[in-house]
Amino acid sequence: MLRPALSRPGRLLKHPAGKDSFLARLLHPSPDTAPVTLTQRRIFILPTRAGLGFALLLLLMLLGSINYGNSMGFVLTFLLASLAVVSILHTWRNLARLIVSAGSSEAVFAGQDARFRVCLDNADDYARLAIGLRTGKAVGEVVNLAPHASGCLAFAVPAPVRGRLRAPGFSLVTSFPLGLFRAWSPLDLDLHCLVYPHPAPASLPLPETAAHPGDGRPRGEGHEDFAGLRSWHPGESLRQVAWKAVAREQGMLAKQFMGGSQADTLLDWDALSDPNPESRLSRLARWVLDAESAGRRYGLRLPGVSIAADRGQAHCHRCLEALALYRP
Amino acid sequence: MKPVYWLLASLALVIAPHLAHLPLWVGPLCLGLGAWRVAAERGRVALPGKPLLIALTAACTALILAEFHTLFGRDAGVTLLVVMISLKLMEMKTRRDILITVFLAYFLVAAGFLYSQAIPMVLYLLLAVWTITTTMIAYGDTASGLATRARMKLGAVLLLQAMPLMLVLFVLFPRVSPLWSLPQDAHAGVSGLSDSMSPGTISQLIQSEAVAFRVNFSSPLPPAQTRYWRGPVLWDYDGRTWSTRTPSPESASLPLLRGGATTYVLTLEPHHQRWLFALDLPATLPPDSRAAGDMQILAREPVERRLRYQLTSYIDYRLGAELVPSARQRALTLPANLNPRTHALAGRWRSDEGSDPAVVARALAHFREQNFVYTLSPPRLGTQAVDSFLFETKRGFCEHYAGAFVTLMRAAGIPARVVTGYQGGSLNPLGDYLVVRQSDAHAWAEVWLAERGWVRVDPTAAVSPDRVEQGIAAALPAAELPLALARLDIAWLQRMQQTWDLVNSQWDLWVLGYGEDRQRSLLARIHASLATWAGMAVALAALLLAGLAGVALYLLWQAAKNRADPAQAAYARFCRRLARLGIARLPHEGPLDFSRRAGQARPALATRISHITQLYLDLRYRRNPPPLRALRQAVRRFRP
Repeated sequence: MLRPALSRPGRLLKHPAGKDSFLARLLHPSPDTAPVTLTQRRIFILPTRAGLGFALLLLLMLLGSINYGNSMGFVLTFLLASLAVVSILHTWRNLARLIVSAGSSEAVFAGQDARFRVCLDNADDYARLAIGLRTGKAVGEVVNLAPHASGCLAFAVPAPVRGRLRAPGFSLVTSFPLGLFRAWSPLDLDLHCLVYPHPAPASLPLPETAAHPGDGRPRGEGHEDFAGLRSWHPGESLRQVAWKAVAREQGMLAKQFMGGSQADTLLDWDALSDPNPESRLSRLARWVLDAESAGRRYGLRLPGVSIAADRGQAHCHRCLEALALYRP
Repeated sequence: MKPVYWLLASLALVIAPHLAHLPLWVGPLCLGLGAWRVAAERGRVALPGKPLLIALTAACTALILAEFHTLFGRDAGVTLLVVMISLKLMEMKTRRDILITVFLAYFLVAAGFLYSQAIPMVLYLLLAVWTITTTMIAYGDTASGLATRARMKLGAVLLLQAMPLMLVLFVLFPRVSPLWSLPQDAHAGVSGLSDSMSPGTISQLIQSEAVAFRVNFSSPLPPAQTRYWRGPVLWDYDGRTWSTRTPSPESASLPLLRGGATTYVLTLEPHHQRWLFALDLPATLPPDSRAAGDMQILAREPVERRLRYQLTSYIDYRLGAELVPSARQRALTLPANLNPRTHALAGRWRSDEGSDPAVVARALAHFREQNFVYTLSPPRLGTQAVDSFLFETKRGFCEHYAGAFVTLMRAAGIPARVVTGYQGGSLNPLGDYLVVRQSDAHAWAEVWLAERGWVRVDPTAAVSPDRVEQGIAAALPAAELPLALARLDIAWLQRMQQTWDLVNSQWDLWVLGYGEDRQRSLLARIHASLATWAGMAVALAALLLAGLAGVALYLLWQAAKNRADPAQAAYARFCRRLARLGIARLPHEGPLDFSRRAGQARPALATRISHITQLYLDLRYRRNPPPLRALRQAVRRFRP
């Protein structure tokens, strides 16, 4: 009865043919541009398995009451039936008018799990309890929202290939308070996660190409501005290893130098001979990580993309993003 | 509180009232298993393994079978249910196990109503339902967002919100007669008159305060000493027990009724026997019943539910002017070779007195004058029961007097029989009805006299006139009164008792007695078409839909209320008009900033824009805001 007469057309008509049809846009623009308010049209409600069991219990109690002519048996049966009906409204209200918006998601490497965050805003005067997020069959995290409070739910999706990963549809579900009915709202928020190429496993040493050959500074490594130790990565020069630290059994550490006169490294698509573009991107991703962790300045050159040498988190991200989104 | 403790509390609440009618070992078993579960929750012990559980289950089932010889029926079924729930506690792990346990708890509440539907019990079981509902909420609150009190409050709110719908269903859901026959023990344990009488049967019944029936008189209330409510008539005596072994003989003539009629409605509590009670002597019969030759009214079926019928009776009557030989023979038969002294006494009276009425009077005088005592605790009688009562103990209750009197009459050659039923009853002035309780049970005699037919003679009245005039409580010495009959001399206490009985009678009438007939008659009173299946179905559907629509409208209205702040709506309209000019308010832009930017973009409109913005801001933030009308008007006129 509270179930919308028309199931969400956006989902039905999302396939290429119907995606831009007039009807689809009129009835339900898809995907949702966050934030979304869960209106009556978006919430479905059906009995759970427990609810069906409860119905069976009520049937047995009704038969017993009829047979024993037991008035209070009737009263109890009807009270419990009414309780179930009232619980439909409570379960529905637990989800209705909830405002859902897309949360941020951090970039991951291909092969890892992308974590998407969904933020919920409760604009009403009552608390909402035990609201869960369901992808596929499993309900993941569950959250309570106090009156006029917000909360977040996250879900993980495998990210096997690089690029921009669009989150699959998910549902917000709740069966609070009695667990006899489940209300759910299928959502298809515009959630994205950047997936970097999977870094190539075996490390080749970084290419020693100068990004700016004529910058006038002497080549080589400065030994004067020792800045500290960091972990040594395979593929780095053994000359950087802090052998004294190795002797102290602290593991392979590399000496790091500030303001050193390291040469800029250019990570160049064309310098690689691998015919498979994905392998090249993997290799470049590995080099970006290696160069970043080696504290070098590095630049990236792809066909049609050129990023000047720099270093730091933002730069690293920019390079990896370029690799992730590169279309050969 | 952990949900499992809620569950344990619920089970304790629903099982407790059942323990009274379950085998003795069930209580300790439940307690033990409950304690085991609590200890396991606290990590003190482990739960039992599968082999032990299977052994326990088998042992309990065997014990139940040994006790009841079946696993079905009310008592065996409830025992099985209680034992299985308790054992379920030992292997309750998954959500499904928990749900099954919770549902069974609800089912036990329903089973509790099979034993008692009295108001205190109903209130108690309602408390249990609240606890079980709270348990469900506790399990549904998976992220522990509610405190214990909040869970209880939500449970109460849900139940209260369910009440109106429950009432609609209760009134309109069509009632039908039982779908299949009930097990033997469906209504066990109800006290009432039986179809036989031996020393002690009635004095036992007297102890019960339970209501036998209630009577609403539409004509004036007859005086107490004439209020004899006729029940089973007993013809045959075996030396100890009076009964009617074969159907009572037919009457040769119709009763003759005289004087004024008494009209009343009698509400009979179910007593699981076929006979119905009526004020001596009924002129009409309740539906589906017939009168035997001795004017005992028999219903076609045993009375399994509260029965309400209207009757007309005549206090002054003549019954059985003619006596057929077979009936005379039966009314004179006594067991051979028993009670020789009684026979001798009766023979002496027979030869002394000339007429039957004189013998009757002589017998009553004997009871009056020979220091007979009316008492609830008479001494035990030997095999020559009547002899030892009449000549040795001389202490007895109404069954002793009625039995001895009929024996004397038969020995003297006067046809006589025992009549059992109720006598008197107390008036409830609040509801203006008469309550007849089990404690009003009585036995008297009828003798057949030529020309006069069957005449009622109450030998108890000869011994204790107070019994028939003022009731049992006045007739017995205070020390002998059972607790239920303790005299209520305190006025307010008496009034409270009367009020309580009135409440109970209304409860019985309108709630517990709300069956097929009552439903039809109530609904027919509202509208004739309601009293049909179709009518009920339509009304039920209409009311349910109306109720749901009401709730839905309420929820929508709440949603609308959240959305529509009128000042904001007007301002939003204003913003939309500006947006059409290409000046859209940016999400981060406050009204003042927006007004400044819009003013710069359209200097011609600047004054009006800032005026409207100021009105809006004043409405929202000033302590004494301008009327909303001003803003609305300004927006309406703003048509650039």
